[in-house]
Amino acid sequence: MLFLQILIDGFVISALYGLGAVGFTLMFGVCGVLNLAHGGIMVIAALIGWWVSVTWGVSPWGAALVGVLAGMVASYITYFVVIRPIQRSRVIPRAEEEIFVLTATLLWGIMLQVGLDYVFSNNPVTMRALIPGVADIDGVRTPWNELLIAALCWLAIGAVTLLVNRTRIGKQLLAASINPRGLTLLGFEMSRIYLIVWTVYGLLAGIAGVLLGTFLGASATNSGALTASAFTIVILGGLGSVPGSLIAAYVVGYAETITAYLVNPTLRPIPALVILIVVLYLRPQGLLGRR
Amino acid sequence: MRRGTLALGLLVAALVLGGAAPLWLGAYFLGVLTTAYYFGVFAMSWDLLFGFAGEVNFGPTFLIGLGAYGAGLLNTAGWPIPLCLLGGAAAAVLGGLALALPALRLRGPYFGLVTLVAVLLLLDLIVIFAGVTGGEIGMMVPDVLSISPRINYWYAFGFMVISGAILFGLSRSSLGLILQATGQDRIEAQALGFNVTKHKLAAFSISALFSGLAGGMLTFYEGTASVDTVVDLSIAVQIIIAVVLGGRRTILGGALGAIVLLMADELLRPLGELNTFVVSAVALAAILFLPDGVLGLLLHPRRSGE
Repeated sequence: MLFLQILIDGFVISALYGLGAVGFTLMFGVCGVLNLAHGGIMVIAALIGWWVSVTWGVSPWGAALVGVLAGMVASYITYFVVIRPIQRSRVIPRAEEEIFVLTATLLWGIMLQVGLDYVFSNNPVTMRALIPGVADIDGVRTPWNELLIAALCWLAIGAVTLLVNRTRIGKQLLAASINPRGLTLLGFEMSRIYLIVWTVYGLLAGIAGVLLGTFLGASATNSGALTASAFTIVILGGLGSVPGSLIAAYVVGYAETITAYLVNPTLRPIPALVILIVVLYLRPQGLLGRR
Repeated sequence: MRRGTLALGLLVAALVLGGAAPLWLGAYFLGVLTTAYYFGVFAMSWDLLFGFAGEVNFGPTFLIGLGAYGAGLLNTAGWPIPLCLLGGAAAAVLGGLALALPALRLRGPYFGLVTLVAVLLLLDLIVIFAGVTGGEIGMMVPDVLSISPRINYWYAFGFMVISGAILFGLSRSSLGLILQATGQDRIEAQALGFNVTKHKLAAFSISALFSGLAGGMLTFYEGTASVDTVVDLSIAVQIIIAVVLGGRRTILGGALGAIVLLMADELLRPLGELNTFVVSAVALAAILFLPDGVLGLLLHPRRSGE
C-alpha cells in the first residue's frame, strides 16, 4: 500500500522533473547555455496561469495555455535581453563566456524572483486541476490530475525526442550541438537555430511550470530550488544527454519521495545531494555524459 | 607611469579617508561600512579563486560559514576571541581543501555545482543540529570585539587593508601568474613544468583562510552567527556581484564593489523589496556593458576598446 503510494507519487514527481530537465539539457547541448533563471521561468508560467484564471475566470485549460505562452515569452526575453548581448559582445573573451552566462542568468533569476515576489507576493498558489476526480488504484487514492500530469509530461518528452531525432530541424539542432562552425559553413544561420531552441525550451519550461502549478503549487521563493533541482538532475545525468537527464530525474524523484515517506520529510533534499557528490567524484561527466 | 602615480594617489587618499572616517561619520554609517569591509574581504578572497585560478566557486559562503560557526562554537566553549578566530580559520581551510579535491578533477559548471551543494549541505546540517548551532535563528556568541562603533570600524578597516595588501601582493607574485596560467590553460601550464595541484591547493587554502577569518570577525562584530548573514546563498550572490562590479582579476576591485554594493543596498532601502531587484538589474547591466568592472576599466582602458 505504502509501496504503491511511493511508486505512484515518485513517478509523477520524476516525470515533472524530467520534463523540466529535458529543456535545460537541450539548451546546454545546443547553445552551451546553463540557464540559472530556469526556475524563474517555470514559476512565471504557473503564476500567470493562476492569475488569469482567478482574475478573468478562464477555464483550467485556457489558463494553462496562457501560462505556457507566458513561459515562452519569458524565455524569449531571457534570450534577447541577457544571453544574446553576451554572445555578441566583443569585450567578453570567448573563454570566459560560460562564466558570464552563469553570472548573468543568476542575476536575471534573482530579478525574476524578486519581481514576482513583489507583484504576486510569495504565498504559494495552486492552479485548478486540469481534470477533476480521484482514481482508486488498488486502494491508493490518486487524483486523476496527477496521472494526467505524468501522461502529459511523457507526451511532451516524446514529442521533443521525435523533433530532435526525426525531423529536419532536429538534425540541424544535433549538428549545431556537435559542430556549430561546420553548420555555419554549410549556410545555416546559427541565430535561427538558437531561436528554435529557445522556443522549444520556453514551451517545455512553461508546460513544466503550469503542471507543477496544478500539482504542488508554485511561489516566487520556489524558483531557486527549482533551478537547483534541474541543475542537479542535468549534471547527474550528464550535461547534454537527454536519456541521462530522464534517468537522473527518476533517481532524484524516487530518492526524494522515499526519504519523505519513510525517513523524514525535512530530509527530503539530502539524498539527492549526496548521490550527486558521489557520482561527481566517481564519474565527473555524469551517468551518460560525454566528455 | 602617470596612471600608476594616479592609482597610488587614489589609494593613499582612500586609505586616509577610510581611516579618518569615524571622526565625522555617524554611528549608523560606520556600522554599514564595518559590515561592508568584511564583505570586501569575502569578495577579495573569492576573486583570488575566480579571477585568478578560474574556479567558479558558487559557495564562498561555505568557507565563510565554517569560519563563522567554527569561531562561534569555540567561543561558546570558552576560548578567547583570538584563538577562536584561528580555530574558525582552520576549519575554513579544511573546508577549502575539501573543495579543492573536486576542483582538481572537475571543470567549470561541474565544480560550480559541487560548491553549491556544499553550501546546501552546510545549511541543512546547521538546521539539523539546531541544538548546538541555533538552527535558523542563529547562534549568540558570549564575547564581542568591542561595543564602540568606532573601535569596531577600525578593526574592520585594518583587517580589510591588511588582507587586501596580502591578497593583492600574492596576486602580483608568481603564484598569481601561475594560477592565471592554470585557469586559462591547465595542460599548457603543466607542460611548462608548474605544479598545478600544489598551486590550486594553495589558492584554495589562502582564499579559505581569509574568508574564514572574515567570517569569524563578522560573527564577533555582530555578536551572533546566523544562516542569513554568513551562509545563505544570497550572500554568495552579493559577493559575486561585488567582484564583477568592481572588476574581476583586480583583487582590490572586490573590496570597492562590496562597499559600493552595500552602501547602495542601504541607500535604496526606501524601495523596500524592490531594492534587490534594482541592485541585480544594475549588476546585470554592468556585466553586459562593462564586463571588466569599474577597476578593470581604470586599469586597462584599452582592452575594452579592442
